[in-house]
Amino acid sequence: MKISRNDYPLQLEGETIPMVRFQNVTKRYGDLVVLDSLDLDVDEGEMVTIIGPSGSGKTTVLRMLMALERIDEGVIYVEGQPMTHMARNGTMIRADNKYLRRQRLNIGMCFQHFNLFPHMTALENCIEAPVQVLGLSKDEAVARAEGLLDMVGMLEKAHEHPSRLSGGQQQRVAIARSLAMRPKVMLFDEVTSALDPEVIGEVTQVIRKLVAKHNLTMLMVTHQMGFAREISDRVCFFYDGKIEEQGAPDELFENPTRERTQQFLSAVLEAR
Amino acid sequence: MFDWRWEFVSDILPRLVKATGNTLLASVLGYGIAAVLGLVFALTQRTRFALVNRAVREFVEFIRSTPLVLQIFFVFYVAPQFGVMFSPWTAGMIAIGLHYASYLSEVYRAGIESVPRGQWEAATSLSLGPRRTYSRIILPQAIPTAFAGMGNYLVGILKDTPMLSVIGVAELMHTANAIGSEHYRFLEPYTLVGLIFLIISLPTAGGLRRAEVKIRKKMGLRSI
Amino acid sequence: MSYIEFLTSYGPQLLEGSVTTAKQTILAATLAVMIALVAGLMRLSKNRFVYGTATVYIEIFRGTSLLVQLYWIFFVLPLFGLTLEKFTAGFIAVGMNLGAYGAELVRGGILSVPRGQWEAATALSMPPGKRMRRIIFPQAFLNMLPPWGNLLIELLKGTALVALISVADLMFMARKINGTTYLSAQVFGSALIIYYLMSRGLVTPYMRWLERVMARKLGKIK
Repeated sequence: MKISRNDYPLQLEGETIPMVRFQNVTKRYGDLVVLDSLDLDVDEGEMVTIIGPSGSGKTTVLRMLMALERIDEGVIYVEGQPMTHMARNGTMIRADNKYLRRQRLNIGMCFQHFNLFPHMTALENCIEAPVQVLGLSKDEAVARAEGLLDMVGMLEKAHEHPSRLSGGQQQRVAIARSLAMRPKVMLFDEVTSALDPEVIGEVTQVIRKLVAKHNLTMLMVTHQMGFAREISDRVCFFYDGKIEEQGAPDELFENPTRERTQQFLSAVLEAR
Repeated sequence: MFDWRWEFVSDILPRLVKATGNTLLASVLGYGIAAVLGLVFALTQRTRFALVNRAVREFVEFIRSTPLVLQIFFVFYVAPQFGVMFSPWTAGMIAIGLHYASYLSEVYRAGIESVPRGQWEAATSLSLGPRRTYSRIILPQAIPTAFAGMGNYLVGILKDTPMLSVIGVAELMHTANAIGSEHYRFLEPYTLVGLIFLIISLPTAGGLRRAEVKIRKKMGLRSI
Repeated sequence: MSYIEFLTSYGPQLLEGSVTTAKQTILAATLAVMIALVAGLMRLSKNRFVYGTATVYIEIFRGTSLLVQLYWIFFVLPLFGLTLEKFTAGFIAVGMNLGAYGAELVRGGILSVPRGQWEAATALSMPPGKRMRRIIFPQAFLNMLPPWGNLLIELLKGTALVALISVADLMFMARKINGTTYLSAQVFGSALIIYYLMSRGLVTPYMRWLERVMARKLGKIK
């Protein structure tokens, strides 16, 4: 069944509004369907992990939520407000850049390849957007950034450029940089995939700390099944642009009901 | 050797040194115009308006494919037909500025394209607007990459300034021509002009290479 | 005077100049390629004298202006007993200048061939000359074709300067017509367009064609 544009509410209402809602979201690259009519809700404070084979659309979910690319169909809501669209004269139209910039303030994202700004020190990376976008004074921004760098254990390296930091250290700075914007939702896109095995722990440790101490809503794409199982409230297994199966981590890892999930999990767990 | 007259050299050297000042001034002015205008060309080729992109790209392509000396004549002689009189200096600076802006726009463009996509995405995810993304994230990384090409064209513009002599800008070549026809001696003036160019351009090229390494290091960027 | 009238009156002269420009370009390009090959290979020599000679040549011709070189060759060389006719002086100056730039392309192209190719040829007991001619150079040639395309356009543009020693090329004709008619926009505009068509309509397509032919010869799909 195809839903027409008018079936998307201008804003979500009711007792419990999810922090993030994907409603009927489709993304295509040419003929290739990467996300196929995806419906997904993430509640406030929830940690949802997305696993699945490569090419299943896992990373696309995060990129669409951050509005790094346009979606072809459907609407994404954040805190009940449309993210990819905006209301104008009672109808939904595609969000313009200004609206997107405001909405993106709710979301922080960490990338596989860190994407730190190489010409700025760790501290400068963390104060850039708070000063330029949020309009914080430099002192406020520095105080905030130093607190966060301390939390990720990088305060000593605050004045180093990224080229002088290891991958694990760069990723921790990148996490601090995202948190400095005080987002409500954090996205982790394969944040440990580009790291040497011996430094993966320092990054996962930071994420553990975030889960324990902050009431952040988080969406994580990862290949580390053990970490996903340990830390998530819910795990979604993606296959062919769809959620093939989802559930509590222990349930999904112990008793997967779908055949593709079983195949995937046995292949991944065996490979270790 | 070959009737080289040192006396004549010492007579004309002051005039040539003075003209060197004009050559350097023309290079620096022309380069300044080219550096700014080139960035405008590069950025307008990246806007969303397909027609603007296309028009600027064709214009740049046209300028790059035709001789500078002809463009200098064009600006100098055609403007009066439309009621604007340009002095030789003004016409020369417009022509040379436009010509090298076209080259530099390609250098900038390559520099901008060398910045990884992840940098744009990081800036987007931090809600930085387009102006801040360019001025604080992309250009600071693109320009050091473009530095080598920019340096080459600084030396290139210096070596093209003799063409300004054709419309009467009193730079080195023009002065050497004048000396030559006053004294019917070309050996010394033309040889000296060649030497002066070598003396300026060789150290400049070397200095620019060293400066590039230093700048990249200072900005924390890896050397290439 | 309409533009059509202008073209019928002065078109033949512009065409005549264009033919001279084309001749200058072809002769200068031939010279530049030969110089570039010799000087580029000399730059790779371990013999310090051979290397040094090429370096001095390249630095002098790249470190000074084409116009200075042109005037020097035309006005000063006769004092050394070497008088060149203006047409000859023109393409020799342009060819020697662009040849110096081309030498660096040749050197870069040869250095871009992976070490393994040199080693493989050596392992097959090929003498150095054969190794260069049959193994290294064909691959280097393909790598350096795209920058040569740009260099040839620079060369074509460079030939416009020979007008300043009165070679009757396109630039010269344009100035001459301008001097008698003062139709600057028409004449210089037309000349610009002809140069553009020669660059993008002749040089660039020819180089693209050459790249395709060479790529096919070397078994690389393009």
